[in-house]
Amino acid sequence: MAQNPQTKAPIYEALQRFQSMRVVPFDVPGHKRGRGNPELAQLLGSQCVSMDVNSMKPLDNLCHPISVIREAEELAAQAFGAAHAFLMVGGTTSAVQSMVLSTVKRGDKIILPRNVHRSVMGALVLCGAIPVYVNPACDDRLGIPLGMGVADVEAAIQKHPDAKAILVNNPTYYGICSDLRSIVKLAHAHGMLCLADEAHGTHFYFSSQLPVSAMEAGADMAAVSMHKSGGSLTQSSLLLIGNSVSPGHVRQIINLTQTTSGSYLLLSSLDIARRNLALRGKEEFERVIQLAQYAREEINQIGGYYAFGRELINGDSIYDFDLTKLSVNTLEIGLAGIEVYDLLRDEYDIQIEFGDLGNILAYLSIGDRPREVERLVGALSEVRRRFGSSGTNLMKQEYIDPQVAVSPQEAFYAPKKSLPIGETDGMICSEFVMCYPPGIPILAPGERITHEILNYIQYAKEKGCSMTGPEDADILYLNVLDT
Amino acid sequence: MDYWFSEVQTPNVKFSIKVDHHLYSGKSEFQRIDVFDSPEFGRFLALDGYMMLTEKDEFIYHEMIVHPAMAVHPKVKDVLVIGAGDGGVIRELAQYPEIEHIDMVEIDPLVVEVCKKYLPKTACRFDEPRLTIHYEDGLKFVRTVHEQYDLIIVDSTDPFGPGEGLFTREFYGNCFKALRPDGIMINQHESPFYPQDAQACQRAHKRIVESFPISKVYQAHIPTYPSGHWLFGFASKQYHPLRDLDEARWNLRGIHSKYYTTTLHKGAFYIPAYVEELLKEVE
Repeated sequence: MAQNPQTKAPIYEALQRFQSMRVVPFDVPGHKRGRGNPELAQLLGSQCVSMDVNSMKPLDNLCHPISVIREAEELAAQAFGAAHAFLMVGGTTSAVQSMVLSTVKRGDKIILPRNVHRSVMGALVLCGAIPVYVNPACDDRLGIPLGMGVADVEAAIQKHPDAKAILVNNPTYYGICSDLRSIVKLAHAHGMLCLADEAHGTHFYFSSQLPVSAMEAGADMAAVSMHKSGGSLTQSSLLLIGNSVSPGHVRQIINLTQTTSGSYLLLSSLDIARRNLALRGKEEFERVIQLAQYAREEINQIGGYYAFGRELINGDSIYDFDLTKLSVNTLEIGLAGIEVYDLLRDEYDIQIEFGDLGNILAYLSIGDRPREVERLVGALSEVRRRFGSSGTNLMKQEYIDPQVAVSPQEAFYAPKKSLPIGETDGMICSEFVMCYPPGIPILAPGERITHEILNYIQYAKEKGCSMTGPEDADILYLNVLDT
Repeated sequence: MDYWFSEVQTPNVKFSIKVDHHLYSGKSEFQRIDVFDSPEFGRFLALDGYMMLTEKDEFIYHEMIVHPAMAVHPKVKDVLVIGAGDGGVIRELAQYPEIEHIDMVEIDPLVVEVCKKYLPKTACRFDEPRLTIHYEDGLKFVRTVHEQYDLIIVDSTDPFGPGEGLFTREFYGNCFKALRPDGIMINQHESPFYPQDAQACQRAHKRIVESFPISKVYQAHIPTYPSGHWLFGFASKQYHPLRDLDEARWNLRGIHSKYYTTTLHKGAFYIPAYVEELLKEVE
């Protein structure tokens, strides 16, 4: 019987061979297997620093892969059901941006949900494309943005038939999926490409109990954050493409902005994580699903908390739900999500992924064990007992429809002035304002500042959300277009 | 032939006991379990290579984790014991007729099974009719319990393995909630001597102080534990470990003990200056 090709890990194996060759380094990196930076070697371990090497013949080159990196990309493509896969070392931000830059150029339109990651907005500033926002539906009880309704996407297409592509979050940070298959069909029927931001969906490729993956749904490109649920090192990612996209073109776009010194620590972690997922992903994610289901049931029994799941599914804006996501609404215990997030860290030494105004998200993955889940549930129970109250009149997160006045690129590079935030009502903003996490723009370059938006910024600041984006880190001033 | 069991107590200190026989070795879902016979300490149990108890000195630990609270609380009816798979705590508790029920929550059924077979000196009262054994995570068990116990005894392993959850703020908070308004929690409190143990000891104290109005620490000398100097925590909602000690009542029971006396009880709460300082830092 032929060996399963997925048992191979070409980059990992090449690094092992390379190490046994004991090559004398007269190339970069200058730490020379850690000898030049003993404290770093001590911290990370000699094995780790000795693997931090440069591109060379036995190890291939990320910019123009012809041997082991190419093989690793082919194996990744096979594992994810893609026509081609690119190993990425600049985070999923770089994968998302390469995906957008490969698809739209200056003046082109791209249809996207407002709750896109900031990396998409960055790509629009870089390329000059014009965003057409689809208002993601909002769940009033939870105060979270949902997926895009198919009818809303269709309306955007009718209104902007010249758009080149549609971008879909698969899933959102909260684990909510749009009807990807239908959106792909709509896009293709109107000659548009369908791109998927799968920063939070790596595991969809390895379980039948999870929502459909982008490649299976027929999407043309997908940015897959291997370092999130896939188990590779932080900053490593994958860009997947289907048959309709030219791999040579995408490679050229990637090489515009990606480093020419790709880290072999990151590359080997992608290679090994892919092998692990291909060989054991199914069982591993079934275990994660069970753990998350258990946690949901236990948290819902505490009272007050609402750990939501598949019951939210409504056939449209919540077409499917990612069962591994442990999102918990905290409003009924009288605490904002961000307050619970802080209490868990400060009082219980538990770090969760994020807290927003009404919810927290605990990230469960292949590295979790029941005993840690017990700690989380136990701590949530204590947070309610010690800090909870019954009355809740917290302002819920609201979707504020953006008014795009000029393109993000135009706004970003236009002459601008800095004004006290209170005086900016009605002006066009030239920078981003994000509430982070989860990193959904409140304002993007080119959008009109309204009274409602200013109130929201003030409130989120008071609640302790980290507001990022503006040049003035304290957000007392905003840059606006000087017209 | 020399056959020695060695426990790495710190990266630079090893504690060794000469061994006659290796009676049992097995691995559960949670840990590695070993039982040995030794000429000096008799039979002993090790979990993940760490000494848990020896037949020769276990009486010190088990008497000291049970009797002080029983000599303070006037009427203990319901007891929760977390851990204690070796049976030593149950053996001591079984001597008190006023106790109506004991819930024992041990995460690892294999420990109980192995102790029943190889450590009859401690695992001798598992047939006690007042006892119910629950094989589950202690943190999970206390989470759903409200004001149901008079005494909780936390007989945990060290906080660097399956026992880690039993040294957390959430666990102590849940224990507080599980105790009646005059309840007492006693916990195995690590040693103040070697730096890593001292840190665990200090962290545990900090979290208990945050959870209970009365939180004191007392000591015992246990030869086979790192440094031999061991601490216990006395956390309480109402009773003070010295002011509410009723010596006459306890002494009238006629319980035979080899280490604990009500006089020693008073002395045990007078701890060395450096330990006082270690604890004060986090109070």
